[in-house]
Amino acid sequence: MQDEVQFAGFGGQGIMLIGKLLAHSAMHEGREVCWLPSYGPEMRGGTAYCTVVLADRPIGSPVISNPRYLVVMNRPSLEKFGPMVKTQGAVVINSSLIPISIDRTDIDVLRIPCNDIAVELGDNRVASMVALGALLGYRTLVDLEGIKELVKETFGKKVKVLNINLLALERGFELGRAFRESRQGGQEEQG
Amino acid sequence: MGKKILMKGCEAIGEAAIRAGCKHYFAYPITPQTEVAEYLARRMPEVGGVFLQAESEVAASNMLFGAAGAGVRVFTSSSSPGISLMSEAISYIAAAELPVVFINIVRSGPGLGGILPAQSDYFQATKGGGHGDYRLLVLAPSSVQEAVDLVMTAFTLADRYRNPIMIIGDGMIGQMMEPVEFHDELASEPPEKSGWATVGCKGRDPVIVKTLYLDPVACHKHNVKLKEKADRMVANEVRGERYNCEGDYRLLLVSYGTMARVCKTAIDELKEQGIEVGMYRPISLFPFPILPIRQEANRPHVQAVLSVELSMGQMVEDVERAVLGARPVHFYGMAGGLVPTPDDVTRAIRELL
Repeated sequence: MQDEVQFAGFGGQGIMLIGKLLAHSAMHEGREVCWLPSYGPEMRGGTAYCTVVLADRPIGSPVISNPRYLVVMNRPSLEKFGPMVKTQGAVVINSSLIPISIDRTDIDVLRIPCNDIAVELGDNRVASMVALGALLGYRTLVDLEGIKELVKETFGKKVKVLNINLLALERGFELGRAFRESRQGGQEEQG
Repeated sequence: MGKKILMKGCEAIGEAAIRAGCKHYFAYPITPQTEVAEYLARRMPEVGGVFLQAESEVAASNMLFGAAGAGVRVFTSSSSPGISLMSEAISYIAAAELPVVFINIVRSGPGLGGILPAQSDYFQATKGGGHGDYRLLVLAPSSVQEAVDLVMTAFTLADRYRNPIMIIGDGMIGQMMEPVEFHDELASEPPEKSGWATVGCKGRDPVIVKTLYLDPVACHKHNVKLKEKADRMVANEVRGERYNCEGDYRLLLVSYGTMARVCKTAIDELKEQGIEVGMYRPISLFPFPILPIRQEANRPHVQAVLSVELSMGQMVEDVERAVLGARPVHFYGMAGGLVPTPDDVTRAIRELL
């Protein structure tokens, strides 16, 4: 069993961080993981993406051109990577910044207003946490509690920042779960 | 073994060197391996070591020369153009028979090229780079864990052969994060160095670290000695891994580093479709695993050999040397920072079968 997730957006949106949280958390759950960033002459506001591979056996290629799941925080990322998602996969779209959707019926499309929710919670910077939460609510790639523990380690002493991050994860998670339940109706949940 | 931690390749390489008892690092930053320097700038002072950012690669490499001559464990990291600048010193260090570990996190060339992953420094690493009859022992990891293990081994090998060792990894090895475990104990203690290092000559004759031999007979003897050293490496240090070579596979791939991982995925996918492909992954690029590859290529079910590289075809020349015409040897690769996907490799394989 192997899952691949690609996170993409502007530099500074927390793309690398949410990828690392997922990789870290899966490692704690005993899975094989590989986190590969885009690297180069990047700057804040430039494009940034990373891929995370989670597997139950040693990971072959760290280079993923067709991920099962895609999380996009800005429009260029959706236009570039949306067509690459595997059939039966899913894309989480930050609808606050991406007015368009994607014309595919073979994948699930979650439109989540990440920045709006983040602003509502009091800090625009946690939009990426909303997106990560939504992905995990939709598909339990790792236990949400494990992610929360890592976030607590990361922001330990900054109580206000920590709490907003945790709330952002939870809000996203609820939206992701609601999508899954509405989509699947009475169908069995896929781990 | 300790517990698993998630680390970026560059940082893991830096930590591995410290765990191997290396407390001297001289370097000059260059993408995609500057994180080694960033990590050690913080970490070296914590262990009482020396982190020094030199004014250039030329300066850094000559600092390595001096420090190794003084008998301390020392290493550097750089990327392709930086290694070119260090190549003069590498030749001198090999000539003076000093143990130094070089890390090359390869970017695409030639010239300034680009900063994305490549394996286009194979010739430079294995066939020379600097002038003269010398050999580097070259090791190529394909995961962050293997990078850690090989860095620690490299210091031991550098001491054993009193020779520069090069770890060569494409940009992905430096940039990706994977779980790693560090051995709790340090790598083996450095051997007694008073016979050749400038550690003080009280009560004995001084030693001189030199590379100049104007007497042709003496210079010839020195070259013979270096050749014998290379022959010992060939006899004792071949490292590699077989993948899916148990059955009656039809095609033998030869690939190393991250490229070999992409090949493994391609092999797994073809296996599901009933097509058996085997792979030999060289871990030591010098000494090149001539005999294991020859043995695999000569199995009766093997129809052809395919060298897969992030280059325009460099290792393939050593593969041909191994196969010796017994089977057709083909090449597939991309350069410039492009990395073939498993699907690309699968297509290249299908064209041959």
